[in-house]
Amino acid sequence: MLSALLLVPILAAALCLALAADRLRRAVLILAACLHAALVAATFAVPPHPAWGGLLELDAPGQLFLSLASLLFLAAAVYATGYLRAEGAGAKRDFQDGSVFTNAPERIFTACLCLFLAAMTLVASTRNLSVLWVGIEATTLSSAPLIYFHRHRRSLEATWKYLLICSVGIALALLGNILFSVAFYDQASPLASMDLASMLPRAAAAGKPWLKAAFIFLLVGYGTKMGLAPMHNWLPDAHSQSPSLVSALLSGALLNCAFLGILRAHQILGAAGMADFSGGLLVLFGLFSMGLAAVFIVGQGDYKRLLAYSSVEHMGILALGVGIGGAATFAAMLHAACHSLTKGALFLISGNILALYHTRSCHDARGLFRALPVTGALWAAGFLAICGSPPFGIFVSELLLLRALFAGGHIVAAVCCLTFLAIIFVGMSVPVARMVQGPVPPAVHPPQTEPAIAWGPPLALLALALVLGLYLPAPLGAFLTRVAGAIGG
Amino acid sequence: MELFQSVMVALLCCNLAYLAISRLRVLIRLTAVQGALLAAVPLLFSGSAAHGHALALSFAVFAIKGVGFPWLLARTLSRLEVNPVVEPTLGFHLSLVAGVAGLLFSLWLETRLPFPPGLFPPLLFPAALTTIFAGLTLVVARKKALTQVIGYLGAENGIFLLGTPLSGQGSVWLELSVLLDVFVAVFVMGIAIHHINKTFESIDVGRFCSLRD
Repeated sequence: MLSALLLVPILAAALCLALAADRLRRAVLILAACLHAALVAATFAVPPHPAWGGLLELDAPGQLFLSLASLLFLAAAVYATGYLRAEGAGAKRDFQDGSVFTNAPERIFTACLCLFLAAMTLVASTRNLSVLWVGIEATTLSSAPLIYFHRHRRSLEATWKYLLICSVGIALALLGNILFSVAFYDQASPLASMDLASMLPRAAAAGKPWLKAAFIFLLVGYGTKMGLAPMHNWLPDAHSQSPSLVSALLSGALLNCAFLGILRAHQILGAAGMADFSGGLLVLFGLFSMGLAAVFIVGQGDYKRLLAYSSVEHMGILALGVGIGGAATFAAMLHAACHSLTKGALFLISGNILALYHTRSCHDARGLFRALPVTGALWAAGFLAICGSPPFGIFVSELLLLRALFAGGHIVAAVCCLTFLAIIFVGMSVPVARMVQGPVPPAVHPPQTEPAIAWGPPLALLALALVLGLYLPAPLGAFLTRVAGAIGG
Repeated sequence: MELFQSVMVALLCCNLAYLAISRLRVLIRLTAVQGALLAAVPLLFSGSAAHGHALALSFAVFAIKGVGFPWLLARTLSRLEVNPVVEPTLGFHLSLVAGVAGLLFSLWLETRLPFPPGLFPPLLFPAALTTIFAGLTLVVARKKALTQVIGYLGAENGIFLLGTPLSGQGSVWLELSVLLDVFVAVFVMGIAIHHINKTFESIDVGRFCSLRD
C-alpha cells in the first residue's frame, strides 16, 4: 500500500507530462488526488506493512502529516482546475509593475504538483532519517517550479531565495544526520541503518555531545524549511509570490513535513534521556518565531504576506507545544491539524481575492462582503479561525496548550504566548476588517455569481476546522494521543 | 595514510584558493579539482582491499562532482555571456582571513571533541569543516548566483567528506541518491540562473530587492 501511495502521484506526474489536452491533465490531477486520499484513508482501516525492505514505514506521526498533506492536496487539486482554466495561456500584464509575463506550461505545473505530493508522501511514510532527508530535498526541487509559475521578476526572486536558503538548510540537516551517525558509531556492532527502529533502542548509549550537535544542525536545517525564525526569510516571499493553491500546500503541508524531520530528531533525543535539551531549544525557537511573527504582522499591508507570517507564528506554536512535552504535545498535534486546514482554506480564499482585485494590498482590496459575498464571509470566518477564536479547532488546541503551560508551571512561556497571540489577533483584525467592509473600488467589477469551484474547497477545509473545534471524535482523539505518545508527549 | 593526508592538505589549499579567486572559470576548474580529490577519499579509506562499494562510490563522486557539476557550471557560464569576474560583497582578503579563521577553529575543535576511536583519520575533520565553512562563505559573500551555487556545492562537498568514514557497507544506493539529489539541485539552480539572466539581464542577486516588508 505504501508503494502505491508513492506510485500514484509519480504515475500521475508522468501522465501530466505526456498528455496533450489540458482538460485530461486536470482530470488526471483530480483522479490522482482522490486515489491518494482514498489510499491514505485505507491506511486507517488496514495498517500498511513496511515496504522497500523497511525503508517505507508508516507510524502515527507520519500518518497524521500524510493525511493532512493528502487532504490539502485534494482541495488544492479541485481548486486548481478552476484556477488553471481562468489563467489560460498567453502573455499577461503584471498588475504590480506593468511588465509582460507568461505562465509556466501547465504540463510542467501539474506534473510538479504531483511530484510534490510524491515527495511529501515519501517524507511522511518513512522512519529512516536518510530517506526522510532525500524526501525533504525532493520537496524543495519539485516545489521550486511551482513558485515560479508566474514567470515574472518577483516570483523569480522568491524562487531563487527559496531554492538557495532551503538547499543550504537541507545541507545543514544532512550534516545533522551525519553527526547522528557519529553519535551512534560503534565499531563492534555498527548501526544497521539510520532507521528509528535501530536508533531508538541504542539512543541511551549514544555519544551525548554528538547527539546535541546533531539536533542543533537538524533543528536549524529543517527549521529553515519549516519557517522557524530567524531562518524564515524565504517563507513570506515564496508564499506571497506563488499561486495561492501552491501557497496553501506550502503552508499547510510542506511546513509540517519539515516539522516531522525535527520531530524524528526529538524522538531520538527523548530516547537518549535528553528531551530537556531538545525541548528547551524548541521552546526557544517557538517563542522567538511567535514574537517575530507578531512584529511583522502588525502593520503588514500585503494580505498574502500576512498569512505567511501567520504560518511562522503557528510553526512557533507547534515547536513550543512539542518542546514543553506532556499534554502540550497533544495540543500541538491537534494544532497542526487545525492550522493546516485553516491556513489551506485561507490561502485558497486569498486566491479568489487576488483574481478579482489584482492586488495583494490590504488597503486596496476592500468591500469583500459586497464584491464577493461567499469569499468575504469565508475570509472573515477564516481570520477568526486562524486567530484562535471559538468555536474553531485552533481555539481548542491553543486553549489546551495554554492549560498545559500553566499546569506545568511554565508561566513565562505562557505569558509570552498569550501576549504574542493577543498582538497577532489585533494585528490581523485591522487589515481583515478593512478588507471585508466598505465600498467596492470603482475599478473592480464583481462577477454576478462566484463559481463554486473557487469557494467549495476552502469551505470544506474550514468546515472541517470548525468540526474539530465543536467535537473531537473519540477515535481521532485516540489517534492524536498515539501521535503525541510516539514523540514523547 | 601519507597519501590520504596529502589529499586532505590539498583539499584545505583548495578551500583557501576558493575564497581568493576572482575569475569564475578558474573557480569552476577548482570545483573539478575538489570533486576529483573527494572521489579519491572512499578508495583511500578502503586501502588495498577496495571493495565494490568504495569503487562504485568513488566512480559516482568523480562522475558527478569531478566532471558533471563543472561541466554544467562551465556550460551555464559560456551560455550566459556574463562578466567572468567574481564580484564579492565581502572582499577577497577578508574572505581569505575568514577562511583561515575557519581552518584554525576546525583544528582547535578537533582537539576538543570526543571522537569515537578510530573513526576519523587525522586532518579529515578540519578539512571537512573548513570545506563547509568556505562553501557557506561563498554563498553569503559573493554577488553572482553562479558563485552561490559553487559555494553550495563546496558546502555539500564538506558534508560528504565528513560522512565518508561512516559510509555503511552495502548501502551505496543511499549515498548515490544523495549525490543524485545534489545533482538535480544544481540542475534546477542552473535553470533558475538562466531565467535570472534572461529576466534581470544579469546574474547579480544584488538586484533582488523587490520583496521586502
